[in-house]
Amino acid sequence: MTFATPRQVFSLFEADVRTRNRNAAERRFRLYGVIAITISMLALALLLFTVLDNGLGAFRQTFIEIKVPLDPARLDPSGTRDVEAMKKVTTIGYGKVIQAGLVATLAEAGIATDDSSVRDVFNLISKEAPAQLRNRVLANPDLIGTTIDFRAFASGRVDGYFKGRVSMASAELDSNISPAQLAIADEMKAKGLMGLHFNWDFILGPDASELRPEAAGLGVAIIGSAYMMLIVLVLSLPLGVAASIYLEEFAPTNRWTDLIEVNIANLAAVPSIVFGILGLAIFINFAGLPQSAPIVGGLVLTLMTLPTIIISTRASLKSVPPSIRDAALGVGASKMQTIFHHVLPLAMPGILTGTIIGLAQALGETAPLLLIGMVAFVRDFPASPPEGFFDPASALPVQVYNFTQRADPAFVERASGAIIVLLVFLLVMNAVAIILRRRFERRW
Amino acid sequence: MSVGLLLLIVIAVAALGYGLGRRRALASVQGDLRRLHSLPGYYGQSVFILTAAPALLVMLAWLLIQPLVIENHVISTIAPGSIADGSSTSLVLSDVRRMAGGLDALVARSSLSEGDIAALDANSTDVRGRLAEVGVALASDVDPAVFETAKAYRLILRTALLIMTTVVVAVTLAGLFFSLSRIRPDYRARNVSERAVIALLIASSFVAVMTTVGIVCSLVFETWHFFRLYSPEGFFFSTVWNPQFRGGSDLGIWPLVWGTLYVSFIALLVSVPIGLLAAIYLAEYASKTVRAVVKPAIEILAGIPTIVYGLFALITVGPFLRDYFAAPLGIGSSSSSVMTAGLVMGIMLIPFVSSLSDDIINAVPQSMRDGSFGLGATQSETVKQVILPAALPGIVGAILLAASRAIGETMIVVLGAGAAAKLSLNPFEAMTTITVKIVSQLTGDTEFGSPETLVAFALGLTLFVFTLALNVVALYVVRKYREQYE
Amino acid sequence: MTELPLPVKAAKVNARNVQVYYGQNHAIKDVNIDIPSESVTAFIGPSGCGKSTFLRCLNRMNDTIVGCRVEGRIEIDGEDIYDRRVDPVQLRAKVGMVFQKPNPFPKSIYDNVAYGPKIHGLTRTKAELDEVVEQSLHKAALWNEVKDRLAAPGTGLSGGQQQRLCIARAIATSPEVLLMDEPCSALDPIATAQVEELISELRNQYTVIIVTHSMQQAARVSQRTAMFHMGIVVEEGPTDKMFTNPDDRRTQDYITGRFG
Repeated sequence: MTFATPRQVFSLFEADVRTRNRNAAERRFRLYGVIAITISMLALALLLFTVLDNGLGAFRQTFIEIKVPLDPARLDPSGTRDVEAMKKVTTIGYGKVIQAGLVATLAEAGIATDDSSVRDVFNLISKEAPAQLRNRVLANPDLIGTTIDFRAFASGRVDGYFKGRVSMASAELDSNISPAQLAIADEMKAKGLMGLHFNWDFILGPDASELRPEAAGLGVAIIGSAYMMLIVLVLSLPLGVAASIYLEEFAPTNRWTDLIEVNIANLAAVPSIVFGILGLAIFINFAGLPQSAPIVGGLVLTLMTLPTIIISTRASLKSVPPSIRDAALGVGASKMQTIFHHVLPLAMPGILTGTIIGLAQALGETAPLLLIGMVAFVRDFPASPPEGFFDPASALPVQVYNFTQRADPAFVERASGAIIVLLVFLLVMNAVAIILRRRFERRW
Repeated sequence: MSVGLLLLIVIAVAALGYGLGRRRALASVQGDLRRLHSLPGYYGQSVFILTAAPALLVMLAWLLIQPLVIENHVISTIAPGSIADGSSTSLVLSDVRRMAGGLDALVARSSLSEGDIAALDANSTDVRGRLAEVGVALASDVDPAVFETAKAYRLILRTALLIMTTVVVAVTLAGLFFSLSRIRPDYRARNVSERAVIALLIASSFVAVMTTVGIVCSLVFETWHFFRLYSPEGFFFSTVWNPQFRGGSDLGIWPLVWGTLYVSFIALLVSVPIGLLAAIYLAEYASKTVRAVVKPAIEILAGIPTIVYGLFALITVGPFLRDYFAAPLGIGSSSSSVMTAGLVMGIMLIPFVSSLSDDIINAVPQSMRDGSFGLGATQSETVKQVILPAALPGIVGAILLAASRAIGETMIVVLGAGAAAKLSLNPFEAMTTITVKIVSQLTGDTEFGSPETLVAFALGLTLFVFTLALNVVALYVVRKYREQYE
Repeated sequence: MTELPLPVKAAKVNARNVQVYYGQNHAIKDVNIDIPSESVTAFIGPSGCGKSTFLRCLNRMNDTIVGCRVEGRIEIDGEDIYDRRVDPVQLRAKVGMVFQKPNPFPKSIYDNVAYGPKIHGLTRTKAELDEVVEQSLHKAALWNEVKDRLAAPGTGLSGGQQQRLCIARAIATSPEVLLMDEPCSALDPIATAQVEELISELRNQYTVIIVTHSMQQAARVSQRTAMFHMGIVVEEGPTDKMFTNPDDRRTQDYITGRFG
């Protein structure tokens, strides 16, 4: 018989060649797995490192501290302290006041300036500073006539110099800054007139123009995102839960409900940009809603989030054991009462977890918002809801995109900083979801 | 009276109806609850529903139909002469709307009375200046005839609103009295209320269907517009993509399809082996502690928004590939390239592939593993020869879903792949994809009605069809696979 | 049983002071047993008594369970199978196993049987492999039923056929010991009879160890029986004696159906 012959050497203590090879293959295969996981972990680490490394700088900004005497003759020629009248003085007027204050401050600190270098020194200050001073004075006209401590943004290049983005060598080739200016900046820093401080305006302030990276902030974007999340939450949670209850508890199994199910599974996988096209065509062109408005963004994101919420809600409804339903039906509750009194409360933690995760996805979504006009440059804060839903606003991820499209390299830092803010929000949302799940989830 | 106020009134009346209904039900049995068919709250609810629902439906229908009717009427009154060169009826109409809105705002700020408006004449007053006061900026000076139309439009709107208010209030009250009159002890209030809730639930599940219908309709409708302006042959069979501001563009889809497929291919080349091996390691080899650390970490990768990956491609991966690979080898000088976008997208897809595969591998029953180990197979032999073949359909489904993701991904390619439409094999060259061009054509400055803008919808439709096909096949395969082990 | 008990042949498996722990749980305590070659030994006992656990120790299937620890000494042909030098993969080729529920791979009938010889490299040519597959299916008394559809999936067979396919799969690697963990518990009476008949034939070539819940089955197929209770071997001896005149009270109670 040519039956498989047992191997000749058959002491279990001696692995034969074939077994040794097989074990080597086993170790190789295991190694591939370790390598794959290492690559993924390295990619994650590198990604987070890139963002943190580039972005943390955005939260600290170079400020110049000067004493500015607010000259009444310049700022309030009428002498009435009437705000409407004072509005006639433009930022150029305030710029001159700042320049005067700057010269005095430098003289006091013993930094020599002549006529030609005054211009250079003044250019170290952000172009945004006069507008900031003007706003401060208009908000409080009584300041006029006093000398105030004014903390102005340094220009983006000076900020970059202290953060290592700009060097003497690069300044040589740069029309916006010269090595001489940087030398003055060094001197000012040594005298304590210039330094890095935490910059609340980055988080709370509005965006600024392409030429003033130092003043660009995320305030409008954060509010826009918050408005959209509010809309998404208010619309998608009830809609999603209602749809899930119907599909899971009431829907008969027929071709129609089958179609709805396939449809929902598909919607969850439709590229997000297609939802943007939908928003543009239906909400803006057809329904006539305004462009760049949180309401449109909120509606589009609601439609995108709905499948996620429906899928997770149905899973939580399904996990409530039938014995609970039987018990309620057994004491004579109607099906509706059974669901609303017993099943839904038990499924609630799972539903909320799924909703938060859906919201977190929506918060990071960018592509559809580009198409509904949220790329527009918006400096004005939207009004409070509900009118504010129709005002133009930006959104955090779109703001990141906007920053990346600007030429000044200082905006890379801003974009990364904006991502840090976005990731912090996501982290908080996911943490809440995890806590909810840990605390309330039941295992049946 | 505004629509919002009317809405509040309807809700308030219905809420009042809730209280009345409840009380009436209790009164009808002299407070003896046992003789009622349903709990008193349900009688209240039935009144609430019968009061609010018809009124709200009437209101909704009215608000949907009214603009169509009124605007048709307004269009018919606009003299053809009022439409300037380079303008269109719809542009004039939107001017009319904005002027009417501006007049309302002027009245609201009480700088004008109704009488003033009737007397206002575009020839003698600086209407443009007055409207600018309230933030309505008009592109050109106001044509007196159009301004008259705007005034008329405003009056029609006011009348229509008045009629609607009357009708809605009437329907609300009718509903209230009708439903109150029906309350008797044996009235099945709970059934009424539950039927209404079911209707609400069904309507909610319709939203998902309506979304798909909306997507398909908007894509098909605008694509049809596009093909009236631009030949389908030029779109489907041309290999040149070169949009021009002044018309005469070449809008061939092939360079975009090529870029899309090339980037997706590289992304899958990265993500499928890594994701699959990671999933196998986690499912078959990893100790509990390793799993507890690595799995959430990979899930973090999945939770990071794509814009973050885009920035990663733009500021880290792109320059790195250019400086250390493409430039020294002399095969490319651009930091955005197919390789950049593909690599980063591959990283993004790792968790997608791995978590789906993990689920699928775990669905293979333990008895398969036992059978194989019992025969003396090593773990890797078991994985390769028993588990993977058993899980293959599911894994193929997962890969198809990942491919669909890759094709539809936007931000990574917008920031990482470049904007040049090219048919090239060199992965270190910048190329562009369908999604990039959808974004650039729809956020550009071209006029909406031009083929250069409308082409985005044709691209969107192509993308939708592509991904839909992949999704349907993938979902079908995965579903079949799941059933096999249930 | 009409046959006379066979004389005890040289022991194939010797177990001394075997302890098994699942984490804190001491599942097998001080098991000492000698299992003769070319015979059928049955492990009986109530649920959870440790008989399956002990069976899985004999080809180190317990290695795949996290937190399981084996102490003591188990020898096959005089070699300690828990020695550091022993590769469980090689061991399992020598000690085959058939499971409670038929678990054919989702592959063709042919590939199911060929799987073991392929991974262990037992054949050099396709013709040899074909031969091994055919012989194994013959031995498992399945050849006549499947010879025309070797390419059909193994999962398409009936329950009894599937279990015989699993037996064929196990003997295709030409093991010396064959472990069977309640091989008939998922089968109907007719299929059970076929498998039992097969087991009786297999003992001419293999050392068969079978775990069973059914006293009748133990009586029908085995020559020796070991009674497990609460992780210890209560009694062990020739099957005839165990079923007619047990020494231990617990064996008596179990066999007569007073517990279990």
